Amino acid sequence: MLVLALDTATSAVTAGLLRLPAAGFPEVLAERVTVDARAHGELLMPSVCSVLATAGVSMRDLDAVVCGVGPGPFTGLRVGMVTAAALGDALGLPVFPVCSLDAIAYRAGTGGPLLVITDARRREVYWARYDESGARIDGPHVDRPLDVPLAGVSRVAGVPDVLGLPVVPPQYPDPAGLVAVVATTLRARATPGPFHPLYLRRPDAWEPGPRKRVTPV
Amino acid sequence: MTPTGIVLGIESSCDETGVGVVGVSGDGTVTLLADEIASSVDEHARFGGVVPEVASRAHLQAMVPTVRRALRTAGVVPSDVDAVAVTAGPGLAGALLVGVAAAKAYAVAWDVPLYGVNHLTAHIAVDTLEHGPLPPALALLVSGGHSSLLQVSSLVAPLHPLGATIDDAAGEAFDKVARLLGLGFPGGPFIDRVAADGDPDSVRFPRGLTGPGDARYDFSFSGLKTAVARHVEALGRQGIAVPVADVAAAFQEAVVDVLTAKAIRAATDRGIDTLLIGGGVAANSRLRALAAQRCTAAGVRLRVPRRRLCTDNGAMVAALGAHLLAAAAPASALDIPADPALPITTSLVGSSSSTRS
Repeated sequence: MLVLALDTATSAVTAGLLRLPAAGFPEVLAERVTVDARAHGELLMPSVCSVLATAGVSMRDLDAVVCGVGPGPFTGLRVGMVTAAALGDALGLPVFPVCSLDAIAYRAGTGGPLLVITDARRREVYWARYDESGARIDGPHVDRPLDVPLAGVSRVAGVPDVLGLPVVPPQYPDPAGLVAVVATTLRARATPGPFHPLYLRRPDAWEPGPRKRVTPV
Repeated sequence: MTPTGIVLGIESSCDETGVGVVGVSGDGTVTLLADEIASSVDEHARFGGVVPEVASRAHLQAMVPTVRRALRTAGVVPSDVDAVAVTAGPGLAGALLVGVAAAKAYAVAWDVPLYGVNHLTAHIAVDTLEHGPLPPALALLVSGGHSSLLQVSSLVAPLHPLGATIDDAAGEAFDKVARLLGLGFPGGPFIDRVAADGDPDSVRFPRGLTGPGDARYDFSFSGLKTAVARHVEALGRQGIAVPVADVAAAFQEAVVDVLTAKAIRAATDRGIDTLLIGGGVAANSRLRALAAQRCTAAGVRLRVPRRRLCTDNGAMVAALGAHLLAAAAPASALDIPADPALPITTSLVGSSSSTRS
C-alpha cells in the first residue's frame, strides 16, 4: 500500500511517500525533510507535491495518510495535522496518528533503554522513555531538562545536547519511522485511533482581575 | 442563472471557523450556497477577549467537520468545486495558519486553484452576495480588529486606504466599555441591546480626532474608553448607581457619530456616491440607522450586508474567491504564508517570495 507520511512536531518539516509491503520495513519512495522552525506553513504542501512528483505517484493512488501528532510546539504541529486531516477528507483516506517521539524511538532501534527528547521551547523539553524492546514505558511529558528522570536510561535520541548522555540518531521523526510505528494497524486496514494533538500544555490565558481605575480613589 | 463556477471559502483569522460555498455565473453574478460557522467565542468569554491559542486549537478541531457541513448544505460534491479561497491575513498568526494549511490541502487534493485573500477585502466582497455588483465605493470596515476607511475601485484591484484607527478598533472599544459596565463578551451585541433603552444625550462623550487640525479620515477610540471609565468612577465616588443603559447609549452614539461622519466626509470629498459598511460592528443597529439617515441627507447610497454576513464568515472569503475566479486571476502559490499583518493593498497573495520581498 502507498502511504503519505507527514510530521511538523519538531523544527523539521517532514513529508514522505512510502510503499508498505505485506511484510517487512516500509520502503521510502521519496522524502523531503527541511529543518526550518519558522516556515512549516510555507514548506509542507510544496514538499508533499514534490515527493509525489519525484515518485511519479498521483494523490489518488494513495491508500493512507500517517501524521505525527506531537508532542510539539503548537503552531507548527497544527500545520501538519490540519494538512493530513484535510487531505484525508478530500481524498477519502484514513488518517493514522503517531506519537512523534515514538517515530524517533523506532528509528533509534534497540540497544538499551532509551530516552527521546525534543525541544518544547520555553526552556522545556518533551520526553518519553522506552524499554529494551522499544515499548514506550513513560510519557510523553513536558518538563524542564533537569526534571527529566534519567535513572536506567543508556541512550538519548532527539535533541542531543541537554543531558550529557550518549546520543543516537535520529534527531527528528522521519517518514519511515512514522509509518513503521503504525505498520501493523495499516496492514490490518484497521480504523485509525482518534486524531488528537498532543499539546501537553494548557493555553496561556488568564482570567482578568479587577479593572484598573483611571482616576485616583 | 446557473452557476458556472463553485468556490469554497475558508476563514480562520480570529475565533470563527467559517466555511462558505459560493456559485458564480458567466456574467459575474455571485450566489450564496452555504455559510457554515463553528465559533469558539464561548471559550473566550471568561477571559474577556479572544485567546489566540484557544482559537487556534478550536480551528484545528472544527476545520474538516465545517468543510463537510458546508459542502452538504450547498448540495455540491467535491468534484463540483472550481477553486478554494482562504483568508491569508490579516489576523491572528496561529489561527490563520490552520485555515491556510487546510485550504492548500483541499486545493491540491481537488486539483483546483488556491486563492489566498485579504480578510478586509472579503468583508467588502460579501455585500455582492446580497446587493449585487459593487460600483466604485467608499468602504467603512469596522470590527474588533479593524477600523478603516478604504476607497474601492474594484474587488479584484488593490484597495486604497484613506484612514484607520490610530489606537483601539471600534469593536475593541465596545468590548472594553461592556466590561466596564458589567456586560458580557463580545461587547457589541450587549451594548446594542441595553442602549436601546438608554438616552444617548445623557452624557456627551468626546468624539476622537474631530478637531479642525485632526487627520480627516483617521479614528481614535482609546480616549473615549477612558472618558467612559472616568464618568463611571465619578458616579461611584458620589455613591450614584451607574445608569448602564444611558452610559451605553451615550458611548455608542459617540462611536457611531464619528464613524458615520468621517465616512460621509470621505465619500463627499472624493465624489463617491456609494458607502459600504462591513465588519462585525456593522451589525450594530444604531450604526446602521445613523448611517442610513446621514447617507440619505448627503445623497449617498448605503450598502450594509445583513448582520450574519457582517461578522466573520467563510461566505465572504468564497465571495471574493468567486470574483477572482470570474476575473481569471492567477492562483496563489502553494508556499504562501499566513500573514498576520497582510497590508490592505494586497487583496490576493501571490507567492511567499512576492509578499516577503
